[in-house]
Amino acid sequence: MGAELKNYLHEQHYFRVRLGVAVLVVFSLFALLAFRFSYLQLKQYNHYQTLAENNRISLVPIIPNRGLILDKNGVVLAHNFFAYTLEITPAKVKNLEETIADISKLVEVSSLDRKRFKKIREQSHSFESVPIRTHLNEIEAARFAVNHYRFPGVEIKSRLFRHYPLGKLGSHMVGYIGRINDKDLKNLEESGDLSNYKGSDHIGKSGLEQFYEKQLHGTTGFQQVEIDADGHAVRVLSSMPPIPGDNIILAADSKLQEIAETAFGAHRGALVAINPKTGEVLSYVSQPTFDPNLFVDGIDSENWKALNESLDKPLINRPLRGVYPPGSTFKPFVALAGLEAGKRAPPFSIQDPGFFTLPGKKHRYRDWKPSGHGTVDIQKAITISCDTFFYGLAMEMGIENLTSFVRHFGFGRKSGIDIDNKNGKSENGGLLPTPEWKQRRFKQPWYPGETVIVGIGQGYTLVTPLQLAQATAILANNGVAMKPRLVSHIEDAQSGKKQIIAPVIQDRIELNPNNVEIVKRGMIDVTLPGGTAASVGANAGYSIAAKTGTAQVIGIKQNEKYNESTINERHLDHALFIAYAPAEDPTIALAVIVENGRHGGSTAGPIARKVMDYYLLGKVPATEAAKENKIPTGNTAVTTTIPEEELHD
Amino acid sequence: MISKLLQFLFKHIDAFLMTCLFFALLTSLFVLYSASGQSLERVYAQAINMGVALSVLWVVANISPQKLERVAFALYVLGVLLLIAVALFGSISHGARRWLNIGFTQIQPSELMRIAMPMMLAWYFASREGKPSATNFIIAGFLLAVPVALIMKQPDLGTSLLIASSGFYVLFLAGLSWKFLVGAAVSLLALMPIFWSMLHDYQRKRIEILFDPTQDPLGAGYHTIQAIIAIGSGGATGKGWLNGTQTQLDFLPERTTDFIFAVFSEEFGFLGNMLLLTLFTVIIIRGLMIASQAQSTFSRLLAGAITLNFFSYAFVNMGMVSGILPVVGVPLPLISYGGTSMVTLCLGFGILMSIHTHKNLVAN
Repeated sequence: MGAELKNYLHEQHYFRVRLGVAVLVVFSLFALLAFRFSYLQLKQYNHYQTLAENNRISLVPIIPNRGLILDKNGVVLAHNFFAYTLEITPAKVKNLEETIADISKLVEVSSLDRKRFKKIREQSHSFESVPIRTHLNEIEAARFAVNHYRFPGVEIKSRLFRHYPLGKLGSHMVGYIGRINDKDLKNLEESGDLSNYKGSDHIGKSGLEQFYEKQLHGTTGFQQVEIDADGHAVRVLSSMPPIPGDNIILAADSKLQEIAETAFGAHRGALVAINPKTGEVLSYVSQPTFDPNLFVDGIDSENWKALNESLDKPLINRPLRGVYPPGSTFKPFVALAGLEAGKRAPPFSIQDPGFFTLPGKKHRYRDWKPSGHGTVDIQKAITISCDTFFYGLAMEMGIENLTSFVRHFGFGRKSGIDIDNKNGKSENGGLLPTPEWKQRRFKQPWYPGETVIVGIGQGYTLVTPLQLAQATAILANNGVAMKPRLVSHIEDAQSGKKQIIAPVIQDRIELNPNNVEIVKRGMIDVTLPGGTAASVGANAGYSIAAKTGTAQVIGIKQNEKYNESTINERHLDHALFIAYAPAEDPTIALAVIVENGRHGGSTAGPIARKVMDYYLLGKVPATEAAKENKIPTGNTAVTTTIPEEELHD
Repeated sequence: MISKLLQFLFKHIDAFLMTCLFFALLTSLFVLYSASGQSLERVYAQAINMGVALSVLWVVANISPQKLERVAFALYVLGVLLLIAVALFGSISHGARRWLNIGFTQIQPSELMRIAMPMMLAWYFASREGKPSATNFIIAGFLLAVPVALIMKQPDLGTSLLIASSGFYVLFLAGLSWKFLVGAAVSLLALMPIFWSMLHDYQRKRIEILFDPTQDPLGAGYHTIQAIIAIGSGGATGKGWLNGTQTQLDFLPERTTDFIFAVFSEEFGFLGNMLLLTLFTVIIIRGLMIASQAQSTFSRLLAGAITLNFFSYAFVNMGMVSGILPVVGVPLPLISYGGTSMVTLCLGFGILMSIHTHKNLVAN
């Protein structure tokens, strides 16, 4: 019994030692945990607090309303409206084809919708939502909403859409927005604006929409929302409202624009009208036009093909990018160059035999009037558009002197107008040829004969309609060049405060007023009886200074006669017309080009007249169907036959 | 009459241990309410689990240790047979064969082993006279290895290791020689590099992720990372009950079961953690005191092993949730949601109370 008890006590003692060791292990391991907790919760608290906040808080961008584009009277050219879209996030959808097929049972999905979806999808990441249908009506939206549970990864969204209520009118001027592509993203990244485009899908692609992108877009707002692990917003913590984009107000008048575009009828061509005193663009026409609404959500391939492959090239912004030989509209500037160089000042005159020859050469540079104009001084040379006079003047001045003078009027360089013109890349600078240029371009010397034809605006010389209008405006403004621009005011969308865009003097050309007067007189006489555009000036009620022009589309061989009736329509001469009015105190200067319109006075002139009539007198053309060879009705007897002067220039 | 009823109810209940359990279970209900997204349904379900478990505790507490000693061997054999049955006919879920369908319900025999294993070994050592010999330990080691191997095959590495440790505690308390313990530890460390070199690359990768969850933040490491963020962001005093963002916004996985400690930690902070650790320590100390005062070899070995087993579960769970141990799928005792583990735990506490309240009878 004693031994047993001893044994028992011994065993119990031994057991308690072991328990003691166990307690030690328990304490040290719990101490390890306590140490771990103090490390995580006390020492590293800030770190984990931040991680937890990052987990739960997400910044959701709020897209600002894009600014409106308005004409000078407040007529809306571009605005926004809310509409429902149905969007698919491809990454969240198992079978895309099946899903789209199921959706099409609820709301109509056209083949165009499918094509657009495919196109946008190729350009975006699989976790970005892509619209399968836009502009859902209330019934369609409701019908989908009821069945929403069947379509994980498909969302109905309310989005702001850009709309151009006037459609085709002035589309080259207004431009359009389109979905942001990789190139846009790169540009935004380079300019440091990428963060402002979080949530934005669209960006200005052309026209004013592109040039004024910064002002129109506005500043993106943000909402701090608490999200759960699935990314669903639980509640809003704080928000910074977006600042809507500024509205831009044009100097142009949509009614004037409509009259100008209608006046072109079925003709292709361009018109630019500028206020010479301010540089404000009053009208900007490129014919034919297109509907910018087609581009907003990605143009489908059918429409794109139709526009892009059309022989009429509706997508070309002609005033900015179309280049044409200036033809006889170049003559007033050549005349002024001569006068300023001290050559051909009145009473100097020539006897015009109907052609010009270089000394010692047989080649005849023909006048448009084979019999010649008789005695011609510089003023008359402008009025009747005497080629022979300008052949000789150009020859005597030399190509360098001639081009360096007319360059002051904006030829051969970019105007810097505020349209579709980022970095000046889109604008065509035209061409003022020089011997160095020819050497560089063709590796050939300059021939004297090439100088001769530059005198009448032919040869290598190329101008854009915008340059021609600007040159006319500079002349009308006696040599003071105002920078051309379409926008006159920028309006803060929130406060309604309008900020005027001050006119900018680009250049001041030193000119002798007497010389300017001689050229201007010659141009005024153009629209008076005996001038090449007498019919354009008839019964105007204000005086018009103008110059007609014709630009050859194909070369005529030395012994060939240009015959309108045998020539393909698209090879007919281009008709040009420049003018400013009222001649004494000009408020409008313009240039019109009618492609394959043959004669400046008869085709392009009437268009210019309609524009000036409305701008100066508020006169709306009596009938839009006025035939191109007819003159608007007046009180005096209307000449139905055009005098020979107007068929040539 | 009432005093008789009270005596009937509380005669074999250790008031001190019961109070501790009561606080732990109350905490469980509150944390569960928050973790389940304020689902009273979940809380009721857990309360019912607790009711069942406490009934089991009461019944077991009223059974004398001698009776328990007598069924130990039978229970062990039953457990092993059931494990074999699982291996042969068990149903597979989540890639593991752990459950056995017995007609009206499914049982998880490995849970039974959590109690049967220490009972069996305690019975084995109690039935040997005098100081256990090396042979005794070898036989005990074999008795330990069979069910552990079966559970490991399921596969359920976490449970098999914990059951192995519960058996090991009996061996340790029964006087396994220090020489052997040190020798085993050294050879284990020595074998580690050899074992490592035998693994495939993907297996090594898995183990690396176990110890460094940031290597796979969206995959296997996601649970641990989110849990650590929850704990760390709790700070000194916590975000407050129902205010844990990691919990309430669904960032925490498995937050009513294995990761419930992260919920508690996020909402009650370092202070809460210390209180919980203290409560667990008190429960463990009380259990070891019961073992120390136990009057038979069987009782003291069993009481010590059950208490240390409770410690293992608590330590491994808190260690894995706070990122110092690999994730092995072990619930936090008394706090995690789940009926089976709650019943097993209370069964253990019932045995402790039985040992404590029956000792005077033995002395007499």
